[in-house]
Amino acid sequence: MIEFVLDARSKVNTYVQLIQQVKQALRVGLLAPGDQLPKVRDVAQSLAINPNTVLKAYRELEIEGLVEGRPGVGTFVRRTLGGPPLADQADLRDDLVAWLRRARTAGLTPEDVIALVETTLRATLAADAARTEHASA
Amino acid sequence: MDIALEAVQLGKRYGRRWALQGCSFRLPAGGIVGLVGPNGAGKSTLLHLAVGLLRPDAGDVRVFGRSPYDDPAVLPDIGFVAQDTPLYRDFTAAELVQLGGRMNARWDAALARERLGQLGIPPKLPVGKLSGGQRAQVALALALAKRPRLLLLDEPVASLDPLARREFLQSLMGSVTDSGTTVLLSSHLIADLERACDHLLVLRASRVRLAGAVDDLVATHRQLVGPRHDGEPIAGVGAVVRARHTERQSTLLARVDGVVDPDWTVHDVTLEDVILAYLGDGETDTTRTDWEVPA
Repeated sequence: MIEFVLDARSKVNTYVQLIQQVKQALRVGLLAPGDQLPKVRDVAQSLAINPNTVLKAYRELEIEGLVEGRPGVGTFVRRTLGGPPLADQADLRDDLVAWLRRARTAGLTPEDVIALVETTLRATLAADAARTEHASA
Repeated sequence: MDIALEAVQLGKRYGRRWALQGCSFRLPAGGIVGLVGPNGAGKSTLLHLAVGLLRPDAGDVRVFGRSPYDDPAVLPDIGFVAQDTPLYRDFTAAELVQLGGRMNARWDAALARERLGQLGIPPKLPVGKLSGGQRAQVALALALAKRPRLLLLDEPVASLDPLARREFLQSLMGSVTDSGTTVLLSSHLIADLERACDHLLVLRASRVRLAGAVDDLVATHRQLVGPRHDGEPIAGVGAVVRARHTERQSTLLARVDGVVDPDWTVHDVTLEDVILAYLGDGETDTTRTDWEVPA
């Protein structure tokens, strides 16, 4: 059984924090298929949060196929979370390292790099979304 | 969706002053609703109207479709804990549980005893001798023993220390999970409301300023920072709730309804940001004129 903790300073929604903690526990193997999640009442009471928030988090995890609710018994883990294959990430990481070195040679500070990544990420996602919309229109 | 509490153009007047005016909202059954507003905004008046202790001077308030003032048959469905949790201080907790059984048709004494036992409340001590936190727990246990469908709490944690406050909210959230009771709870402590409530009702100067589901309110409001703005419409902005200006820059808290004009930097907001913006807006000109100082 895991125990949830909340970061009150975080701007992340409470139910999203609960989801993230279940997923993190699945990734590191703290939770395995067949394990039971804490009961809604216990989570609501111990964190002093709205029971509907807990239900919402569990429902979302259920929709993703990670857990299943058994009426009158509780919520149980169905499957574990495997990350994307490490090999792909290693390639991407090598590209990124090479790019970061070029950025430094060009005189960019770490803050410049982060700003550039963020603006480019936003612009690319927006452009891709527009292209998909255009193609389907 | 079932409606637990509904107000239509509800108003209450004390003498010439309207304590509550033109108040309309609907609260869904099963929700936990936070009631926020400055002192004197009408929160207690609204709660007293909802429990039938006051008669509306305008409009209508209904609990599960019935008027609590005219139709006492709905009263067993309503639990109410008034501000500062008034109890007969010479009675012991055990005697209060017994008294409740004599005064209510529906009364779950076993539930009250179980809760108070779990919390370690001494049964044979006059409640006047208990700590503030313990007294609040006794009042909550008594209100829940009625098995109400709607529970109204007027600043239940205002006078409690942080630990007692936490314990009170924990037992409230635990018992609400079991019973499915709809809760309307007034408080100044936004952090508590943020955790406990799924709906919000903001009162200011006798009127409803904002009502809705917490998730929707947070999702539809943003803080925008951009060039000096003088009220012209902005793409993607439904309404500006609060604006602050310097010579070159404006900071807006706004309700958004689409993709915001890219001239503006958009930031997510917390529930606290939204509440403060709605509490803080409005006109200060009247008082300034009254005091004969320049605006």
